[in-house]
Amino acid sequence: MATEATGAEHAAETGGLVFHPMDQFIVKPLFGGDTIAWYTPTNVTLWMAIAILVIFGLLVMGSSRRAIVPSRMQSIAEMAYGFIHKMVEDICGKDGLKFFPYVMTLFMFIVTANFLGLIPMSFTLTSHFAVTVVLALLVFLTVTIVGFVKHGTAFLGLFWVSSAPLGLRPVLAVIELISYFVRPVSHSIRLAGNLMAGHAVIKVFAGFAALTLVSPVSVLAITAMYGLELLVAFVQAYVFTILTCVYLKDALHPSH
Amino acid sequence: MEGDLAYIGAGLAGMGSGIAALGVGNVAANFLAGALRNPSAAASQTATLFIGIAFAEALGIFSFLVALLLMFAV
Repeated sequence: MATEATGAEHAAETGGLVFHPMDQFIVKPLFGGDTIAWYTPTNVTLWMAIAILVIFGLLVMGSSRRAIVPSRMQSIAEMAYGFIHKMVEDICGKDGLKFFPYVMTLFMFIVTANFLGLIPMSFTLTSHFAVTVVLALLVFLTVTIVGFVKHGTAFLGLFWVSSAPLGLRPVLAVIELISYFVRPVSHSIRLAGNLMAGHAVIKVFAGFAALTLVSPVSVLAITAMYGLELLVAFVQAYVFTILTCVYLKDALHPSH
Repeated sequence: MEGDLAYIGAGLAGMGSGIAALGVGNVAANFLAGALRNPSAAASQTATLFIGIAFAEALGIFSFLVALLLMFAV
């Protein structure tokens, strides 16, 4: 993005507080330098490591005492476990429970990354398409492979809507085929787009806060947006997980 | 000139986000109307609500993406 450099130069010349709202999403090497190779530790690496440590701390350390009266951390760990377990069981059925570890991993990673991204000056992992597209493609591949392994070519019945009138079925098959292949696109872009847009909006309001006349309004707006983003951070992780369950259900029970 | 047109296009694509908001509001409003008629069935349908909202919202996010692409990539 060429505009960032010019924005910074412009700010240096005029002495004003000008920053680009998308600056927060730049991937930077942690220990200086400009080149980014696949092994370079960047702020993405740092926050992924922090996310994994937080998940480990919450789930393993939190529940390791196995208290009968749970501490706050243990209750959160148990609630998260029970919440996802119930979701998988309700949507995919009993035989879908063997995918519970996968779905739980996805949910914990996304929800932790979303909440860590809300810490000021931190980096939002899930705002990058590179991260969410990998997650969504893995779900897509899992669903396709599981569907074909479990049902063989009968899995293609997912596209042949047998409850529809015969004349409509080829048309529906085309629509179903398109919607099947658009799934990873919408699945990943929904998560990254929501997070990126929300964080960019906060930064836009933060830019207004430098103007004395509107700064009280903008500080209030930042507070309100932050509250909304807390909700969005959870809801988007929930939506990603529940759609994963719905897609897995299609692979396990392709009943049309 | 072409860059200016891209910015106009980005603004037009941004309208899609607002129109998707209508769709999301429609889903939520109908869910609320149904939930108030039969509150006992509401709790079991929140998952469906979120799936519906997610699908309606996806298209708004697509238009947001088109706007971003026009501004930064094209």
